[in-house]
Amino acid sequence: MTRDPDDPPARRRFLVQGAAAAAALVGGRAQAEEAAPPAIPAWMKAPGADVGSQTYGTPSRFEADVIRNVPKGLKQYTSASSRTPLQDLDGILTPNGLFYERHHGGIPDIDPARHRLMIHGLVETPLILTMDDIRRFPSESHIHFLECSGNPGFEAIKGKTASDLVGLVSCAEWTGVRLATVLREAGLKPEAQWVVAEGADAAALTRSIPIAKCLDDALLVYSQNGERLRPQQGYPLRVLLPGFEGNMNVKWLRRLNVTAEPAYSREETAKYTDSMPDGTARQFTFVMEAKSIITRPSGTQRIAPGFHEITGIAWSGRGKIRGVQVTTDGGRSWQEAALQEPVLTRALTRFRLPWTWDGQPTTLMSRAIDETGYVQPSLSDLTAVRGLKSFYHNNATVPWRIAESGEVTNGYA
Amino acid sequence: MAMRNARALAAAFLLLGLAGAASAAERYGLGRPATAAEIAAWDIDIDRDGRKLPPGSGSVAQGHAVFEAQCAACHGARGEGGVGDPLVGGQGSLASAKPLKTVGSFWPYAPTLFDYIRRAMPMNAPESLSADEVYAVSAYILNLNGLVPDGAVLDAHALAAVRMPNRDGFVPDPRPDVR
Repeated sequence: MTRDPDDPPARRRFLVQGAAAAAALVGGRAQAEEAAPPAIPAWMKAPGADVGSQTYGTPSRFEADVIRNVPKGLKQYTSASSRTPLQDLDGILTPNGLFYERHHGGIPDIDPARHRLMIHGLVETPLILTMDDIRRFPSESHIHFLECSGNPGFEAIKGKTASDLVGLVSCAEWTGVRLATVLREAGLKPEAQWVVAEGADAAALTRSIPIAKCLDDALLVYSQNGERLRPQQGYPLRVLLPGFEGNMNVKWLRRLNVTAEPAYSREETAKYTDSMPDGTARQFTFVMEAKSIITRPSGTQRIAPGFHEITGIAWSGRGKIRGVQVTTDGGRSWQEAALQEPVLTRALTRFRLPWTWDGQPTTLMSRAIDETGYVQPSLSDLTAVRGLKSFYHNNATVPWRIAESGEVTNGYA
Repeated sequence: MAMRNARALAAAFLLLGLAGAASAAERYGLGRPATAAEIAAWDIDIDRDGRKLPPGSGSVAQGHAVFEAQCAACHGARGEGGVGDPLVGGQGSLASAKPLKTVGSFWPYAPTLFDYIRRAMPMNAPESLSADEVYAVSAYILNLNGLVPDGAVLDAHALAAVRMPNRDGFVPDPRPDVR
């Protein structure tokens, strides 16, 4: 049933697709022959660039197309988003320069020496902390994903690549102090139920965080993947709420107002609420439910018959990923994918499944199961309950259609 | 300095005297107390009941002028939307196939309109409007939505008294809702 990749018809078809297709994905002997260097290539015959020729290293120039996916033609770019190129990445950690962006008032340029965090409201001692103060608290590092609540919407899921579809998710190792530690430094009063976090950006973005989350795994973060936060991710200080929707993880954090009630700010009433068919809107929809996507093969790639490792990422805001199932026959049967260790709570988890494509058109899809037993739903299961207008929290399975030509396209488009 | 010492002393008492509470009350003596004046200058949060709305007032007519100068370029001459979100209309549309979410149709609380305009608008110059201007432009947007009369003048009390049509339109998160 499985066609040998070296059998003549398959080989010929692959070769006529040319260099662009070869560069796209598949490797294999045909590509190796075409791109083979001389026995002693030029870069072995003279010394390379000097040590320290880049004082902050950047990727190879041959990787220049691995960049953030910035939507074209938006009405404005002050309050907008750009996506991580998921299909170009391996492992579970997102390079800081490729971490997705969502800003509501642009990216502020903050001098950390002039940045302060104020804690006030229902506390015994309102405090002002410098960045030096904050870095003196006991620190912790944890790997967690961060995902925009609208990744993607429910209507017109027409993107071509994995990044177009769910590129508003990234994952990093975050270092900072537990929010609980800082709140206890100010001393919580018994009636404290919420903490209203405000950013020092031009949106002064404000979200209310329930006290239980603040005292659980919430962090005040100053470093990401070992270096200080990038300005796009909240330099010099941000909130990190593992598993909660991205906009609550307030960047450029400058104020924590401890309150008895939520702020009912614009972001948690008019903006980040989920409209239902009956006209109501769900409010305080914090958690990002279990989700996965195959990143290779994925949209705009082209595959040849023969062996492929199907790989992708899975995550859940409720804890660890228990398993990922993959279908290679459009949903008729599902196979258990291997999970790459470490499998961490509220972090991206890499999955893999070996697969031999027989050259027949089919559809690939993955579905995640998290440690609560929750199974990633289909889009039709979701919209049957929520309609088409809720926009946020679409965690549906993503189908990749594979044509006889090997071209991979969005199964929703 | 005296306050800081007093705080350190209090922390020491907590650590030494209240052993049972020590794990919850462990403090590191970092930072300094924020003064009432500093908090007042930083804290711009307005809750849904408007209890912290500042002094000042503004009329629909004044708001019309502020809107034309500061808002119309993005939100349209009459709040119909453009580069910025539509602010007007949509009442009765939320349960339809084409819900139009605006201040008039969707926002649940009038005081948080003041909060958002003051903190984030206009987008090119946030926190540049005076309290009077924010009251005025809030009044104008509410008037465009038919929620206050043409002659309305809004202050802290009057803004907090505006009942928004969608006040009861929000429900708690029932997820997991799909299994």
